[in-house]
Amino acid sequence: MRINRRRYLTQKVAKILIWMAALSTMGVMALIVLQVLSEGIPVLSPRFFLESPRSMGREGGIFSTIIGTIALTVVAIVVATPLGVGTAIFLGEYTREGRISRVIRFGIGCLAGVPSIIFGLFGFVFFVIYLNMGWSILSGGLALAAMILPTIICTAEEALKAIPYSFREVSYSLGGTKWETVTRAILPNAMPGIFTGIILGVCRSIEETAVVILTAGSSLIIPTSLFSPVRTMSVHFYILAREGISMEMAYGTGAALILLVLFVNIVANWRLNRYIRKRA
Amino acid sequence: MSAIPSSPLKAEVKKLNFYYNLVQALNDVNLPIAEKRITALIGPSGCGKTTYLRCFNRMHDLYPGNRYEGEIILYPDQLNIISPKVDPIEVRMRISMVFQKPNPFPKTVFENVAYGLRVRGEARRNLLEEKVEKALKQAALWEEVKDRIHDLAFNLSGGQQQRLCIARALATNPEILLFDEPTSALDPTATSKIEELIMQLKKEVTIIIVTHNMQQAARVSDYTAFMYLGEIIEFDKTDKVFTHPSIRLTEEYITGRFG
Ligand SMILES: Nc1ncnc2c1ncn2[C@@H]1O[C@H](COP(=O)(O)OP(=O)(O)OP(=O)(O)O)[C@@H](O)[C@H]1O
Ligand SMILES: [Mg+2]
Repeated sequence: MRINRRRYLTQKVAKILIWMAALSTMGVMALIVLQVLSEGIPVLSPRFFLESPRSMGREGGIFSTIIGTIALTVVAIVVATPLGVGTAIFLGEYTREGRISRVIRFGIGCLAGVPSIIFGLFGFVFFVIYLNMGWSILSGGLALAAMILPTIICTAEEALKAIPYSFREVSYSLGGTKWETVTRAILPNAMPGIFTGIILGVCRSIEETAVVILTAGSSLIIPTSLFSPVRTMSVHFYILAREGISMEMAYGTGAALILLVLFVNIVANWRLNRYIRKRA
Repeated sequence: MSAIPSSPLKAEVKKLNFYYNLVQALNDVNLPIAEKRITALIGPSGCGKTTYLRCFNRMHDLYPGNRYEGEIILYPDQLNIISPKVDPIEVRMRISMVFQKPNPFPKTVFENVAYGLRVRGEARRNLLEEKVEKALKQAALWEEVKDRIHDLAFNLSGGQQQRLCIARALATNPEILLFDEPTSALDPTATSKIEELIMQLKKEVTIIIVTHNMQQAARVSDYTAFMYLGEIIEFDKTDKVFTHPSIRLTEEYITGRFG
């Protein structure tokens, strides 16, 4: 009886603590988002999105920074996806667990734990200076690709691991080669997981500031090529707020940023659900 | 070991030993496989039936540390299919397998059956359609699924899924079809359908079937091998094995005294 009461009490306390943890997390997040949105949304207007910034961003809109954000993210994803998914396939399907795969995994683990500013410094030294690509979409995109690579590899690897072994056996038993087995029996089923990793990478690229400032610069001019410097929305927000240029514009940019990330996630979720529903 | 089958041989297992790393799972197995007949493998759990069956399509090559010794000769070309010089893919192109649990891909009925054809490079739509239909008819599934051939295979019942897997294995015209307890996950009605189907199929393909179910072996097979602890204890015509087994152990097993 006493034991029962104690266990009952433990259960109650645990439940309360867990609820508190979840609620305070949600509370803090809601507070931040609401703060930015409530200050920022009044600034939003079609002109805000479609006009480029004038006088350092004090006036005008944020058009060139939207272009910058999209350009950098596209480069990062286009580079990191094949590399990351390829590495995951290599680790999961093409090597047996051994020294090579352990070394690669260790490397990925280290990369995943490195603060983004390090990727920024690396990108600056390697792409901007050494390869002489300057502050540009290309330098920034490549540095961002390096930053999101571990995420894409890990999620893709998990997705591949979750495929039942029987699919592989059936494919081989029907005369499939390794490549056919990977492309026909495994990848289509791992797509949702891989896609989730890519979306995570998209969001991190959109939000990143440190890497981008060091590798893509902060030009407000609309880019004309991969070698043009750009400023992303996150960097714009950071500069506007930090240099005290215009808090109003900063909040507007922040609100636009939050809405963009929300939009990406909603569209991604919708596509994902459609894909899953079509196959299961 | 007795009774060389009177019909021509499709394969012959000679002094086959198999090792999972250091553990020996098959011990000097010899067995003739008669062409277009059904050979059943029976024996208590863990005696090596699955291990034996999976030698025939080199499934063990998928995992490190596995080792074969001896020969499995495939006729008419006398190819030793477990020789390291023979590409396992080539073997699997000729010898298909149906697994214990129905395991369709999360694809449509059509794409499931077409899988083996597609990996062989067949992309011509009309040919694929023709062969898929033929395989589904062979597997006695066509009538039930012809209107939903482009539905997901998961929507079929368990028994239908297993027949789909049989159609998938048949679509590429294998010379030998391996069954590993194909009905152990099915109810009696679905089971008897599959048994009937297997008996039909022997007109076209050589069949080896592993089963726990002695009545099943007695009903469907022409020859029966009784395995125990990685060895073949007795091999003979099925009715002989089930009516006059020549070895005590076999008799004890089929009368249910152990296993
Ligand atoms: N991957 C493996 N590694 C090591 N030993 C294995 C492996 N698979 C099976 N064995 C062993 O080999 C022996 C034969 O196993 P096998 O699966 O062939 O038996 P089985 O006759 O098919 O049994 P069941 O009727 O239960 O399916 C068993 O002792 C088993 O423990
Ligand atoms: Mg078995």
